[in-house]
Amino acid sequence: MTLLIWSVACLVVGVLLWLLGDLIWHGIGQLSWAFLTTAPQKAGRAGGIAPILVSTALIVGVCLATAIPLGVGTAVLLVEFSPQRGLFGRLVRLSLDVLAGVPSIVFGLFGNAFFSKTLGLGFSILAGGLTLACMVLPILIRSTQEGLRAVPDDYRRSAAALGLSRTAALWVLLLPAAMPGLAVGILLGLGRAIAETAALIFTSGYVDRMPDSLLDSGRALSVHIFDLAMNISGGEANAYASALLLAIGLMVINAIISGLAHWFRGSRIQVI
Amino acid sequence: MQQYPASLTVPHLSTVQTQNLTLHYGNKTAFKEITLTLEPGKITALIGPSGCGKTSFLNCLNRLVELTPNATVSGRILLEDQDIRAINVIKLRRRVGMLFQKPNPFPLSIQKNLEFPLRHHGIKSQDRINHIIEDSFQQVGLWEEVKDRLKMPALSLSGGQQQRLCLARALALEPEILLMDEPCSALDPISSEIIEDLLLHLRGRYTLLVVTHNLAQAKRIADHTALFWVQEGAGALVEAGTTTQLFETPQHSLTRAYITGRKG
Repeated sequence: MTLLIWSVACLVVGVLLWLLGDLIWHGIGQLSWAFLTTAPQKAGRAGGIAPILVSTALIVGVCLATAIPLGVGTAVLLVEFSPQRGLFGRLVRLSLDVLAGVPSIVFGLFGNAFFSKTLGLGFSILAGGLTLACMVLPILIRSTQEGLRAVPDDYRRSAAALGLSRTAALWVLLLPAAMPGLAVGILLGLGRAIAETAALIFTSGYVDRMPDSLLDSGRALSVHIFDLAMNISGGEANAYASALLLAIGLMVINAIISGLAHWFRGSRIQVI
Repeated sequence: MQQYPASLTVPHLSTVQTQNLTLHYGNKTAFKEITLTLEPGKITALIGPSGCGKTSFLNCLNRLVELTPNATVSGRILLEDQDIRAINVIKLRRRVGMLFQKPNPFPLSIQKNLEFPLRHHGIKSQDRINHIIEDSFQQVGLWEEVKDRLKMPALSLSGGQQQRLCLARALALEPEILLMDEPCSALDPISSEIIEDLLLHLRGRYTLLVVTHNLAQAKRIADHTALFWVQEGAGALVEAGTTTQLFETPQHSLTRAYITGRKG
């Protein structure tokens, strides 16, 4: 039995190492400062990925700028201002769990139909970012909810007993106390947004030049990898380099998440 | 007994009266038809076995019970002849302060614990705030211990210090009434003696209502004592009177049984 567990563990770690090793082996040669700062040439076979990095940052930026206020607002409303066991709260929770499990391609089709066509945003960074926002909202709402629930009820009662309004208690006590949960949610959402491909192909498009504005089409890193690997013969080397970059980014995000989680468990005492 | 400086402000002494106060949580009756008067400037102790509605009764007096879903209150509570439902709840809770069983400072600095509520209640001048903070900490005998570490987290204080900080935080808002829910039960004997001393020191300047499980404590500090008991599944007021009267010549057989330790 022990042997079985160990071999399964080794298998999992082995697959990860193999994957990373393969990426590094093929990709590290291409990675250079020039690769990060120049535009792609010959449909990405040569040159760098500067415009793609900019587009990715803009898409993720739009996504977080929309999702964070909406997500935190919704979570606050659900936890602090609506009855805990009410039908409304239960329905919203159920829909969030369903939404969190919806495949990203479905979000892509929805984004294409709603943001690109109905709202007339076309293939644009804005449409892509908003579609991603819809996708990460459930994660963000759920983790903010968990963060707020973890705040002891004592704070709410003692704040109320001192004649503090719920809004004041929320800003000064509850949100700061829920911050670690919130941060983890944001990073999880960020990780999902950065790595997303399917939802973006239909919404932010393929164009690999530097975007002029948020209404311009822009190619995200993961779309770039997909395109180089599947549609462009001779694009493998740059696809590997881009994938390596993406993998590094994701590992950094995960490291921050586990660091935050560790810090949160370690320090119950916070000063503001 | 330690000497505490007198407060610079002279609080207004108020009376609280409940008339046929009944509280339900859904279908369950927490207590029913309680008519009780808290004398101005006196300490009233609320005693009785667990689950007889003492804490719930306390929570009605500052309308904190409204935070509990499906709690319904009937009857009347008068603060200085005014029905508390007619008073803005924020203003009411400023006039009726509360100290909880477990010390519950905010996860802020020692200074911010007092400053935040003061600012929220519209006191803007930093000088005035600093003055009130110092005065409040003096009141609870904590000033010397915290004056050099006001920026430290309040949660780094010991349990007894935390409870005194919470008391200072309540006093900073210049309440007329102070409700205390077993303020010593989570503390060590020395800290609880300090709190007890403080209560005696506050007598005459605030109207105090103290829930306690400790009969000896009620006897030591309270001017008036009220005994709650569970009758027909709900809390009820069995007997109320001056502490001497209640402990020496109890009128009710339950009171006699409880104070002699035969029941409860």
